[in-house]
Amino acid sequence: MTASSGSEDSGIDTGAPYDHDAHVHLGVFYSGVGPQVIWTDPSAAPQMPRETFINVAQLLERGLFDAFFLGEGLRVRESKGRAFDLDVAGRPDAITQLSMLAGATQRIGLVATQNATYNFPADLARRLASLDILSDGRAGWNVVTTDNAWTGENFRHGGWLDHERRYERATQMVQAAKALWASWDDNAAADSPAAKSWARPGSIETVERSTDLVSLRAPGTLPPSRQGRPVLFQSGDSAGGRELAAQHADVVFSANGPFEKAVVYARDLRQRLAAHGRGPNSVRILPGASVILGDTEQDAKDKAEWVRDLQLSGPRAIAFFEQYWGSDLSAYDPDGPLPAIEPVQGELDPSRGTISIADRTGKMDRIREWRRRSDEDGLSMLQLFREATARQSAFVGTPAQIADQWARYVRTGAADGFNISPHLVPSSLSDIVDTLVPALQDRGVYRTAYEGTTLREHLALTPLNR
Amino acid sequence: MPVSELLIALEVDGDGAHPAAWRQSGRAPGDVLTARATAAIVASAEAAGVALVTFDDAPTPPSDSLDAAGRIEAGSRAAYVSTLTDRIGLAPTLHATVTEPFHLATQLASLDWATNGRGAWVVGAANDADGRATIGEKPLSADALHRELSDVVDVARALWDSWEDDAVIKDGATGRYLDPQKVHPVSFTGADFTITGPLITPRPPQGQLVVLAADALGLADRADIVLISAPDTASIADRAQEAKAAGAALAFAELQVVLDAGHSAAARLAELDESTTWRDDAKLRYIGSATGLVDLLTSLSGIVDGVRLHLAVHAIDLPILAEQVLPALTAAGVHRAPQAGDTLRQTLGLSRPISRFAALTSTGGPR
Repeated sequence: MTASSGSEDSGIDTGAPYDHDAHVHLGVFYSGVGPQVIWTDPSAAPQMPRETFINVAQLLERGLFDAFFLGEGLRVRESKGRAFDLDVAGRPDAITQLSMLAGATQRIGLVATQNATYNFPADLARRLASLDILSDGRAGWNVVTTDNAWTGENFRHGGWLDHERRYERATQMVQAAKALWASWDDNAAADSPAAKSWARPGSIETVERSTDLVSLRAPGTLPPSRQGRPVLFQSGDSAGGRELAAQHADVVFSANGPFEKAVVYARDLRQRLAAHGRGPNSVRILPGASVILGDTEQDAKDKAEWVRDLQLSGPRAIAFFEQYWGSDLSAYDPDGPLPAIEPVQGELDPSRGTISIADRTGKMDRIREWRRRSDEDGLSMLQLFREATARQSAFVGTPAQIADQWARYVRTGAADGFNISPHLVPSSLSDIVDTLVPALQDRGVYRTAYEGTTLREHLALTPLNR
Repeated sequence: MPVSELLIALEVDGDGAHPAAWRQSGRAPGDVLTARATAAIVASAEAAGVALVTFDDAPTPPSDSLDAAGRIEAGSRAAYVSTLTDRIGLAPTLHATVTEPFHLATQLASLDWATNGRGAWVVGAANDADGRATIGEKPLSADALHRELSDVVDVARALWDSWEDDAVIKDGATGRYLDPQKVHPVSFTGADFTITGPLITPRPPQGQLVVLAADALGLADRADIVLISAPDTASIADRAQEAKAAGAALAFAELQVVLDAGHSAAARLAELDESTTWRDDAKLRYIGSATGLVDLLTSLSGIVDGVRLHLAVHAIDLPILAEQVLPALTAAGVHRAPQAGDTLRQTLGLSRPISRFAALTSTGGPR
């Protein structure tokens, strides 16, 4: 794709006008755990030491990224009734770690993924506001929900919320948080120690909610930050998630990365925004992405193969089918055919971690299809596993190739940038900072210095009306 | 540790322990709610040689408008200064009664990682009507409160043990990142909640964070440091002995301080009290000269392991503590500043406990 294709692209309907001057906004979604993170390579940074996080955040700041995200998982993944042993596991609390990083960085946005199901609203709103104050306006909240009772076993309520109501609760949580964040009048605190009282009486509101999902009475404990309040990110792709985004989000962390899907998603979201009286440019769309760069196209493809082999390994293939078979398959060869033994009846046990909605039913049908493919095409367990494992859209190529593709996304309005999941820390990110960022800058689609100080300013969102 | 050595803790919330402290701080009231102010007070305490700072907190603000009406959450403040300091212990107050115990344990374990082993926890027990209303609940009865606090401390400690120290093995040959036999569910059943575990955060650098609890909470059997509030040294001595007999490793006396500074301490206090009265909450209070405070602390060193100081006005009393009181105590061998790189447990002379689950294994018990 070259820049000259712009004239044809101007006909693509994303719900936003073609904009040759659009910029790419970048974040890093640092889950730190899971199968995509390669830990076997000698260059991989150790997971828990604070230096790993500080080095990454400072690297991204050098690359003028908008934001550094921390993921969340409220229960250690399990397999066969005990901790799953093949993936990186164990991570810090997001707000605590980002508060630490606020003291070790100057500009980058700090976004905490926090669950709207297993938190008390005033407690969570207060911790997010604290991060926003301590970072001087660089905080964000990536709102997620959980409906599995397995995660609920670590919390007071247990698995209390039906799937259908989780976004109802999330919406009420967000509304309560926004009310708390707006509870201080401008200049509520006196401007001099000689004042009669610390705050102007009546300038701080108490927020009350009393529904079957959210109940609280709490005064706001902090003034607005430099950016007003934490930036709201939304990442669920269900209809409920999209509605929450259209009503409340500043940024969507979308699962729709491939260009055609991104176009369709952007159009849908902008229609929803219009229904809520919000403009097409009021929300930033950042699809999740993985990036594999090479000096040549072939070099990048080779690297992608290497990454895939490490991520989708033989032991992980066995673990994958063990979930489906419900029994120990460790004696089987991942390069051999599917086990001849019959799987146990019943649907998947969620104890491995998150099982997507689509995969919660139809287990036996999927197994029948794999058997057919195994018999007819002679596919091994490893090959079937690699086929079956849905992959996040990967951008594989030279810096110039990917920069051209990304310029097209942002100019057409299919996306405003990307939220990158690193596969190898720190080298997969330093590659981006050292080679892709300059290529984007050459094309005029990336900043050459931070223009603002807050996350809201980095994202070029309109200032909040207060 | 010699009996004569006294550990010094300092409460750093707000502009000082006196509710009217903001009136004598020489800055705009709202300035306390900034990263800069948070970093500055802890840096001053560290430079003075204080062993640990505590960050007071509550789900509701200290005052509704007459005095400070805002406060940054304590756990975030402690985490924020973790890379800006290298020797001082950081002890936020987190309230067991208005949050999720699992989050609380995760936040504290993460603080210990962020500080390379300088994390601690002051057990918060907010149980007033307004505090509990922030989670839509009513106050607990005295019995239920004690049970709840005990449960939350117990489950936090179990969760900090839930990953053994050597759980992460990174065995490239087998592709195993961790040894699942060393990551344990805690299967905790309390009066009001259950938690399966394990923690999502690997075992903190200190193994167990240092737990501080007020004497009145009745947690001496669970805390590392019991904070003794009593109006005179004789009662403090009695209570300290009781707390240690009940199982606490260390007993610290709570001490409110107003020092002579230009005006006499008594005159300073009278002026502050004219705006808002400073309740002593039955704590020992010292009002007077720096040398008198040196004498009091020296005498306390014979009956408690440490003190937690509540200075009336940080901007005024902390410089005097740093320039006059602590140097005199150091010269007399009563005080010693922590060393860079030491964990808080090392500073306090506490050993690093092995995980209860590792202990089970090594004694041949069930895995």
